Amino acid sequence: MYIHKEKSERHVLTLTVDNEAGTLARIAGMFTARGYNIDSLTVADVTEDRSTSRITIVTNGPPATIEQIIAQCERLVPVHKVTDLTEEGPHVERELALVKVTGTGDNRIEAIRLADIYRARVIDATTKSFIFEITGSPEKIDTFLTLMREVGFVEVGRTGVAALMRGHMPS
Amino acid sequence: MTAKSGADILLNSLIEQGVDTIFGYPGGAVLPIYDALFKHPKIKHILVRHEAGAAHAAEGYARSTGKPGVVLVTSGPGATNAVTGIADAFMDSIPLVIITGQVPSTLIGSDAFQEADTVGITRHCTKHNYLVKDPDDLANVMKEAFYLATNGRPGPVLVDIPKDVQVADGANCDSSKNQKMRCDIPFEADFNDITKAMELLANAKAPILYTGGGIINSGPHASKALQELAQLSNAPVTSTLMGLGSLPAEDDKWLGMLGMHGTYEANMAMNQCDVMLCLGARFDDRVTGRLDAFSPNSYKIHVDIDRSSINKTVRVDLPIVADVGKAIDQMIKIWKSRKFTAANLDDWWARIKGWRAVECLNYPANKDEIMPQYAIERLYEATKDKSPIITTEVGQHQMWAAQHFHFQEPNKWLTSGGLGTMGYGMPAAIGAQIGNPDALVIDIAGEASIQMNIQELGTASQYRLPIKIFILNNQWMGMVRQWQELTFKSRYSESYSDSLPDFVALAKAYGWEGIVIDHPDNLDEGIAQMLDYDGPVIVDCRVTQSANCFPMIPSGAAHTEMLLDNSTVSGEMDDEAKALV
Repeated sequence: MYIHKEKSERHVLTLTVDNEAGTLARIAGMFTARGYNIDSLTVADVTEDRSTSRITIVTNGPPATIEQIIAQCERLVPVHKVTDLTEEGPHVERELALVKVTGTGDNRIEAIRLADIYRARVIDATTKSFIFEITGSPEKIDTFLTLMREVGFVEVGRTGVAALMRGHMPS
Repeated sequence: MTAKSGADILLNSLIEQGVDTIFGYPGGAVLPIYDALFKHPKIKHILVRHEAGAAHAAEGYARSTGKPGVVLVTSGPGATNAVTGIADAFMDSIPLVIITGQVPSTLIGSDAFQEADTVGITRHCTKHNYLVKDPDDLANVMKEAFYLATNGRPGPVLVDIPKDVQVADGANCDSSKNQKMRCDIPFEADFNDITKAMELLANAKAPILYTGGGIINSGPHASKALQELAQLSNAPVTSTLMGLGSLPAEDDKWLGMLGMHGTYEANMAMNQCDVMLCLGARFDDRVTGRLDAFSPNSYKIHVDIDRSSINKTVRVDLPIVADVGKAIDQMIKIWKSRKFTAANLDDWWARIKGWRAVECLNYPANKDEIMPQYAIERLYEATKDKSPIITTEVGQHQMWAAQHFHFQEPNKWLTSGGLGTMGYGMPAAIGAQIGNPDALVIDIAGEASIQMNIQELGTASQYRLPIKIFILNNQWMGMVRQWQELTFKSRYSESYSDSLPDFVALAKAYGWEGIVIDHPDNLDEGIAQMLDYDGPVIVDCRVTQSANCFPMIPSGAAHTEMLLDNSTVSGEMDDEAKALV
């Protein structure tokens, strides 16, 4: 026998949750327990009194699974609202990455030239290395990393996606 | 307001919630709570013999009374032992509040004696859980815990309280302030959806009401309403294992249970219906059989209080998120106000009559050995006028009880459905007897399952609970053996119940009565003896070893591919079927 796999879709979900101990574990654990995927997850409190956090999860799965993921998230007591930005319509996604590159001579010059094209800023420099800060869509960062791999890439730290609906309405 | 210790605040909260019974077991990390309990005679504590027993007893109490069950156990092994019962309550949507002791907050994370990450371990088998770090939070947490356990889709809620929090004083003993009560309860179902559902039902040529445990959870009123809806619509009614008793089995609309060991008529009607109205059930794999062949031509309406149940396994055409009892009330109201009348269903009922004529629950007669089905039938005949509460363990005996014992009322049938927990029956019977002191409570058991929580014999002795345990003893883990016969060419790997105890001697050792029944001629007499005895009884009913539970939809088969008896069993299945549960 073989194990049947369905075609996946990428979805960006945002969750409004109570900022209390265990909330993140509850959500991340629910994904694991039910066999759902997390491509990236970001979380930070977003209200003045620090009572509420916003979580952005990038996940993938067949449409029926995405529907279940949303329903299962909503079922968790500290989760107040779940929005599927991919389903809701136009939205913006941004991610930040810090990229360390080492090299001398042509590689070093090429790295800084590419960084300029991609609007990455230098936030640390030695005579043999740079750290670039780059912000953009996950695809833009992926492409930048591909280029950096040719000119002395050492390591990268990525934040994962933060996302909002376009327009004046809250998501 | 004067300050009180965390333990006192906790007990005040329990009293405020109307709790009069707790099932528990003391230990180091809950001693302050037990000391406070000593001073609160209003709350009756039932001392079990193992924490799994406490959780199942609380489940039995909750299911038979409709009130939340309360469990009190210590940290570490106390909590982990209770986990099976908590997971069981989660799967079957039973309201429990579990209070666990924890090592002092200063020692959490240090691998202290009897420390376990209780909130971590129970996170995915509770509806919600808490680690309370400040006695000032306790009153609010307890109030929310009871609210969550009993509102929306019911379930277990756990509150983990470190020992220092039990001892320290809290100033806030008032739970009325700052209460968040985070539980989304669906409002009344949408008027248009309900109207559409009733239009479909009224115009259906082959409707069916597929009901589940949600009806029981919604309260006795929902069962009454279901009866009325069935009368109005003239639609046949089937139910899951969890929903037995919501429609009286003597009702002429009743088709019997559906699913893997359901009746031929129920499963055929599910397969052939044109409108399916699912009320408080969740299209479990035990019910649907092979998904792509499940009721292929029907319009499916699904009423469930939990949105995540909708479209989880079966895509439905009209989802309605609502409390099922309230939704049925709305349906009846609209049906009457719009003056709907049921379509002519003579053809549909004629087809059902044909399926009923198969008499799928028939079994071969046996003069020399007790057929287990016959034992259940005789037990039913002997007790039906006493409106008994029946609990079961898990396995063949459970399915035979579901098929051959007939339930006329809700809250009389307590069985582990979702999790399928062997060892559930006796502690559940104890809880049910505590909650219903005058009721006849019988645990229909198997000789293998009963041994899983056999220590609870002592609990029943201590509280003089006259529960009856009726063991269908066939010396096999019968359902395991049945699957080995169906799927693995009768290679009986570890399914024989070897070295069984002398159940009568065991009963006597605990101060119970013990009875052996080993011949069909003695069956009625033995049952009468059991019922006459004023106290707990174990009946060791020696049944024929070879009987298997039919009808059966094997794994991966459709409703139309039921096996009606042993002669249709091939003995081996392909890998696809072997891999299914």
